Amino acid sequence: MSDALLSVRNLSVDFETYGQVNHVLNGASLDVPERRHIALVGESGSGKTVTMKAIMGLLRHPPATITGGEIVFDGHDLLKATAAERDRLRGTAMSMVFQDPMTSLNPVFTIADQMGTILKYADRRLGRVRNRRERLARVHEVLAQVRMRDPERIARAYPIMLSGGMRQRVLIAMALLSEPRLLIADEPGTALDVTTQAQILKLLKDLVEERGLALLMITHNLGVVRETSSYVYVMHHGRIVEEAETSALFAAPKQAYTKNLIASVPRLTGGTDFLALGQSDPEAEAEAEATT
Amino acid sequence: MEFLLFLIRRVLWSILVLVGLSIVIFVIARVVPGDPARMALGPRATPEMVADLQHKLGLDRPIIEQYGLFIAGLAHGDLGRSLLSERQVTADIRDSFAATFELVLATILLAEIFGVPLGVLASRWKDRWPDNLVRVIAILSAVTPTFFLALLLQILAGYVLHWLPTTGRLSHDIGFTPDITGLAVVDSLLRGRPDVTLDALRHLLLPATALGAATMGQMARLTRTSMLEVMNQDYIEAARAFGVPEWLRVLKYTLRPSFVPPLTILGLEFASMIGNAFVVELIFSWPGMAAYGIRTILQKDLNAVMGVVMVSGVFFVVVNLIIDVLVGFVDPRIRIRGAR
Amino acid sequence: MAEFAGGTDAALAATPKRLSTAYQNWYRFSRNPTAVIGAAIVILCILIAIFAPYITPYPKDVGAVVNFRARHLPPSAMHWFGTDDVGRDILTRIAFGYRVSLLLVAVVLGTAVPFGSILGMLAGYFGGWVEIVIMRLTDIALAIPPLVMALAVAAVLNPSLVNSMLAVAILWWTWHTRLVYSITRQIRTQEFIEAAETLGASKFHIIFREILPNCVSAIAVKTSLDAGFVILVGASLSFLGLGIQPPTPDLGTMVSGGAGFLPDKWWESVLPGCAILFVALGFNLLGDGLRDLYDVQDVR
Repeated sequence: MSDALLSVRNLSVDFETYGQVNHVLNGASLDVPERRHIALVGESGSGKTVTMKAIMGLLRHPPATITGGEIVFDGHDLLKATAAERDRLRGTAMSMVFQDPMTSLNPVFTIADQMGTILKYADRRLGRVRNRRERLARVHEVLAQVRMRDPERIARAYPIMLSGGMRQRVLIAMALLSEPRLLIADEPGTALDVTTQAQILKLLKDLVEERGLALLMITHNLGVVRETSSYVYVMHHGRIVEEAETSALFAAPKQAYTKNLIASVPRLTGGTDFLALGQSDPEAEAEAEATT
Repeated sequence: MEFLLFLIRRVLWSILVLVGLSIVIFVIARVVPGDPARMALGPRATPEMVADLQHKLGLDRPIIEQYGLFIAGLAHGDLGRSLLSERQVTADIRDSFAATFELVLATILLAEIFGVPLGVLASRWKDRWPDNLVRVIAILSAVTPTFFLALLLQILAGYVLHWLPTTGRLSHDIGFTPDITGLAVVDSLLRGRPDVTLDALRHLLLPATALGAATMGQMARLTRTSMLEVMNQDYIEAARAFGVPEWLRVLKYTLRPSFVPPLTILGLEFASMIGNAFVVELIFSWPGMAAYGIRTILQKDLNAVMGVVMVSGVFFVVVNLIIDVLVGFVDPRIRIRGAR
Repeated sequence: MAEFAGGTDAALAATPKRLSTAYQNWYRFSRNPTAVIGAAIVILCILIAIFAPYITPYPKDVGAVVNFRARHLPPSAMHWFGTDDVGRDILTRIAFGYRVSLLLVAVVLGTAVPFGSILGMLAGYFGGWVEIVIMRLTDIALAIPPLVMALAVAAVLNPSLVNSMLAVAILWWTWHTRLVYSITRQIRTQEFIEAAETLGASKFHIIFREILPNCVSAIAVKTSLDAGFVILVGASLSFLGLGIQPPTPDLGTMVSGGAGFLPDKWWESVLPGCAILFVALGFNLLGDGLRDLYDVQDVR
């Protein structure tokens, strides 16, 4: 997919902590085209968050160092770009939806204030000028896009007055303020209950379809991937071990790791085999014993 | 709307505390010493004189009734008669309270105006020299006894920097009495006498510094700690991700939530500040409640002493109420949830 | 898991073998300069106070001695800190003055800390009426400035060391009650408390064996910081003449006594003042160091 909006090639990142150097990313590559819902899957510690931060330019230099590879967005290699150029892209052409709605909003300011400030500075970077009323109108507009029923009331509220699901929508709205072309969603809805999460995921899926966004979804939840994404990258120890169209991946996983990953998801129907990665199967063993 | 409820709750609470305070003070002054009349009149009083004073003060009535009278008097702002000066205690205190109030107000302003920015600087340049410098200043100001600092400053002013006065609230020959708010600085501006304002400020500087040094140090350290905690929060990182510039992140987004702990502690600190104000007043000959308080204590004028303690207590409660309101204003979580 | 394994194994191998908590704490404590300096100062002052009669050059000067030939002598080889207005050696008096200060700390905190902490735990754990009553009392006590209270007590009873200690101690427990209360409230909702309750542990056990150990570090930090403040309050009281009565040496009284002779005979006032500062600094640094060590954030 060389016409992808975002193309990550052979990215390697090292982290230095307490004198030890960890190779967190080892030549990871992935593509995110427009109008596609791409998933990046892996266990905790596989490097998915680092990948995301690298793309967004949020890695802090100590302790992280990018040791190789390229990140190409819309034809420009971000790693070779100046800080000013990256700043201009961040929050405007490419935007991020944060994971934890409980802690990602500043508790002492209203939604309108926070979103308004973000919009103000995004506008500045794009050279656009809006006055306060126009900004507020845009805030309401975006809140409506994320299916909030009463955007004005939400905008006036403080985060503590909103439920988890509403806050997550606000986070998505924040990301949409400047009409980004690429959206990276970090474990969307993991902090919420299953039903609310489903709504959020549906919202994201609709946004891809309606607005032609390129969406990169970072998650550890295979069930979510199956339901929403069209292409999957499986990450393990900082490299992509398998990638395929979603249906193909689930139907015929090629790598052992992928197979284990899929098999370790609890199933709601069928037998009660319980298999965790790297562990034995006690029931099968017990069965085997009983029959001998 | 929720703000109003919050306010009402805090006010009721304060009233409760004040009632409790009045009981405690009453107990101390009336019940503990045994016989205030005898104490006031001294050992050479005859039984008739004692009985006479007892009757005048209503000490021969049942305790509950005495307390009732006390409260009723309080409600009218009547703190009783001074056992010695025969004047209304209220009148005596009122004159001196304004001076103390002005000093304390100036001190708080000074502590906040210098303490908070120092704390912000320290957090911004963590572990570098500004941080260490602030830390040293804060520790030194916390461990230096207020009276010691006051003495040192007085020497400094008297023998080195001759342009700062060493005693008093206004120069003797200035001929001005603050009669509107009781605050020399404010009233002089209102009456169009900026020369007096300058004079008053010059007189305020040293006592306020001596009194406020320790608090300033604490504010700085608390602000620093709060800022560091807030800086690590996800929402600051999120703001960074969205391109909000650093100066705004620091001055607005990080500073606002950080304001709460220093402010709350200021309220608690205030009690010590009133106590230390007494000492500072004595050293700088400031015409505040301290001089009055010490005199009446030495003379065992119990009504007056009770009055002073009561006024201090009320002052404390009111200041804390104001601070709680400010905190509720700054942090919506507190006014909505009523958390503390 | 090749890369990661190499990383973590190597890191593990580098840590000291004896990982008992006490050893860990000592290790970190001794690496913290503030804590070490603070502890050194405090220990020094305590030793000076205990051995004052044996190490001071003029132990008799603490009594009602008057030595007119040696009045107002500046610091010299004979009298390192000079002499006061009746000829008494200031260094000696400062050393004995430390006795009074440290005694004050011991008595006030020795009563306030246990009393306050227990009240705090009771209020935090039981809630309901217990909580309301205790916390309201605490609020009321907090509203009275300690110095003013001491003044009032001095008016009612007579100025003396004991009465000053009483006045300060009466109000001091409130700070510890508040602190322990807030910690207890936080801990109370945690599951291990529920677990203990379900298993049928007695209230006594829960309070003293489950909740208390979690409060200890915060209490230790606050006590250490408090010691410094108690000394300052005590010094202020005696500066005002409400502390121990002359001729027993007391740092605050020495400062006020010498104040009249400033700035010429500065040593009579300044040196005792510095002595107060020194011991308060020690406790403050110690408390700060302990706070860093235990990483306790909510102790002021």
